[in-house]
Amino acid sequence: MAETAASHAHAPAHAEGTNYLNAQKGLMSWLTTVDHKRIGVMYLISTLVAFGLGGTFALLVRLELLGPKKDFLTADQYNQAFTLHGAIMVFLFIIPAVPGALANFVLPIMIGAKDVAFPKLNLASLYVYWAGAIICLSAVLTGGIDTGWTFYTPYSTVTSTSVISMTFGVFVLGFSSIFTGLNFIVTLHKLRVPGMSWFNMPLFLWATYATSVIQIMATPVLAITLVLLIAERAFGLGIFDPTLGGDPVLFQHFFWFYSHPAVYIMILPGMGIVSELIAVHARRRVFGYHAIAYSSIALALLGFLVWGHHMFVAGQSELAGVIFSFLTFFVAIPSGVKVFNWLATLWGGSIAFTTPMFYALSFLFLFTIGGLTGVFLGILSVDIHLHDTYFVVAHFHYVMMGGTVMAFLGGLYHWWPKITGRLYNDGLGKLACIIIFVGFNMTFFTQFILGSRGMPRRYYNYLDQYQPLHAFSTYGSWVLGAGFLLSLFVLMTSLRSGAKAPANPWGGASLEWHTQSPPVTENFPGTVEVKHGPYDFNAEGTK
Amino acid sequence: MKEVKLDGFWLPRSGSTLAPEIDFGWNVAMWLSIFFFVGIIGALVIFVMKYKRRSENDVTSTVDHNLPIEITWTVIPSVLCVLLFLVGFKGFIHAQVAPAGAMEINVTAQRWSWLFTYANGVEKDNMLVVPKGKPVRLIMSSRDVLHSLYIPEFRVKTDLVPGNYTTLWFEATEAGETTLFCTEYCGMSHSDMLAHVKVLEPAEFEKWLSEEASAKAKGLPPEELGKNLYTGKGCNACHSLDGTPGAGPSFKGLFGKEETLADGTTAKVDENYLRESILTPAAKLVKGFPPVMPTFQGQLKDEDVAGLIAFIKAQK
Repeated sequence: MAETAASHAHAPAHAEGTNYLNAQKGLMSWLTTVDHKRIGVMYLISTLVAFGLGGTFALLVRLELLGPKKDFLTADQYNQAFTLHGAIMVFLFIIPAVPGALANFVLPIMIGAKDVAFPKLNLASLYVYWAGAIICLSAVLTGGIDTGWTFYTPYSTVTSTSVISMTFGVFVLGFSSIFTGLNFIVTLHKLRVPGMSWFNMPLFLWATYATSVIQIMATPVLAITLVLLIAERAFGLGIFDPTLGGDPVLFQHFFWFYSHPAVYIMILPGMGIVSELIAVHARRRVFGYHAIAYSSIALALLGFLVWGHHMFVAGQSELAGVIFSFLTFFVAIPSGVKVFNWLATLWGGSIAFTTPMFYALSFLFLFTIGGLTGVFLGILSVDIHLHDTYFVVAHFHYVMMGGTVMAFLGGLYHWWPKITGRLYNDGLGKLACIIIFVGFNMTFFTQFILGSRGMPRRYYNYLDQYQPLHAFSTYGSWVLGAGFLLSLFVLMTSLRSGAKAPANPWGGASLEWHTQSPPVTENFPGTVEVKHGPYDFNAEGTK
Repeated sequence: MKEVKLDGFWLPRSGSTLAPEIDFGWNVAMWLSIFFFVGIIGALVIFVMKYKRRSENDVTSTVDHNLPIEITWTVIPSVLCVLLFLVGFKGFIHAQVAPAGAMEINVTAQRWSWLFTYANGVEKDNMLVVPKGKPVRLIMSSRDVLHSLYIPEFRVKTDLVPGNYTTLWFEATEAGETTLFCTEYCGMSHSDMLAHVKVLEPAEFEKWLSEEASAKAKGLPPEELGKNLYTGKGCNACHSLDGTPGAGPSFKGLFGKEETLADGTTAKVDENYLRESILTPAAKLVKGFPPVMPTFQGQLKDEDVAGLIAFIKAQK
């Protein structure tokens, strides 16, 4: 099905078999590399380790909730487990994973560039990520952390756990995120090859661009907030603690002013991946390219105006609640438009049942549920009942895990042959996707029912009436865990025994499929020409 | 604790005058969601079956826009969103504005217990008793961290913020009992910070309130007072009576014991030790337990402390 990139590459300057993976050898060659592909691979390994760690804490939380009262964790251990699950998944996995690993790898190749605009800054962002991760995890060894990933004051001011190490770690991680965002924005502005106009870019890049804008604009607010919190804890400076003359609700405003836009840092890259998966694996020109591109930008901007919907019952003014609810409904529109466009792209396509397509279809199913249940929470009156219950927990897992994680895995399977030069067992890949899909719905659909029936979140103990649903959700988490392990197994075995990947295993039309797998260090052996758009699947050389 | 009674598959029983309006919003959202879900996933399934790859040389559609369709699927959801906003707005304002003349009850939350104070001075710990068919307004604050008062059957929830008053109101429609939860994470025993809610017929409520007032005037024998405080102030969340250690030492056989403290010294558990530990819990911490107990200074009168000591003495 695939041809090589010969039509795009002139005068190969490398010996046969040379690529970015084997061009240099040894650990030091990796640690000092400025190659975006190698940095992407190191980001991939790091964020997958974080995902495994965060997932382990999730399984511990679910295991404890198998029955009410104490099963095998104490209340303190349970509170630490859900805090670490949330903090690790948000700050160490889901925010950096797609930009740091996948976008880092494919973005320069997709625009025909040799690297990002600031290769050293790119490496610095990885080191800052590692430093931040170590500082965060040092909190675990020095007293743990039990505030929840949201660090709400005044609890975070008075608890005896290691709030300072954790928040300082998150502060440092923020800079890693800013470096990456800055790099991508400059790269997309300055390094597109001649002929690659903005509207000739793959949609994944529009989503990445929108994400980068949020990373640069919102992350400093989180950094300032955490510095203020640290100042309050360490020096008794009264900002949020009412006994020192502060205002605890102010913290929530600051925190969500970052963290709501951050929700779009988490989901936009996933949406971008899904646009690629659907187009390439249905081999169909994207329907509504401009609408999808602009809706990414719209989400990035509107995302800044809705933070107050996390605080409808938190004691903010009624007027503020009403305004935030109104604005919140308008965030639903760009997301809805994207879903309709993806559906329309499936229409009239040639849909291949590959592992990446399985993940894309799972994404559409789960993200639709995640989006629609968000509407319940946007309705002011209904939110009074659902706020801080398991309904909210289920909703954001449908968006973050059913959405972003499914898209991330789909993207990983999509670009895996490009990254590693190996093909994997597609049948087992699909089986893993099905197991994850089933386990996910068992775990989290149950939680919608728990929440609507009044089960509050972050509860160690619960009324007996909720036990059967909690137990079912826990069984689901085991299925989910097994699915992830199988998925990892499929990828790992491909490294040993997978067939060599051709340059273009899926018949993709964007530039990354027009260079060898894995690419050479400079991405393309010769000069790059843009002969057709990213979704011109009927053009010569793509079939 | 009483279970939260359900009405149908999803929602709790509708126990207040606010519930029908909130449930209306829920139902509107539910039916719209089902409609869109079936439409989207139905189309997905049909397209996936109809357009599955037949050969490598499939020619695919190049239609990449259609303005009327795109306008339709942008405008219709936008209009629906405005309508949904209005549904929520109406219910929210109804829930925010208490009717004039509502009975007021003060609520004070503290890790991990609730105190309800009535206008005539009656104080109830972890038990909210209200009359049926009369609007009740809760005026709430917290002594320490954030808490949130949530009664699922009444569909009410509002955070309690230290240094600030927040309010909510409801009118219960049926006599009976239900449970009140804390829904803002507040630390170790957050999930045990529950309270009984009792709805009484108005005449019964008046009777109960005056009985409570006279019982308060008369006073209880110390040990019984201590027993009430033990559950009322939430001591039971951490201190068991059967010898199992919780976040704090069990009260069983505690009095007269020689305890090893966190700094390695020892102390005998006598009246003065107990008094100090209630009012300044961090002063002499028993080894192996976390320093999480809040102070009860200013919340317990001398006879309350004496009552608790009498109760602890009785746990042999």
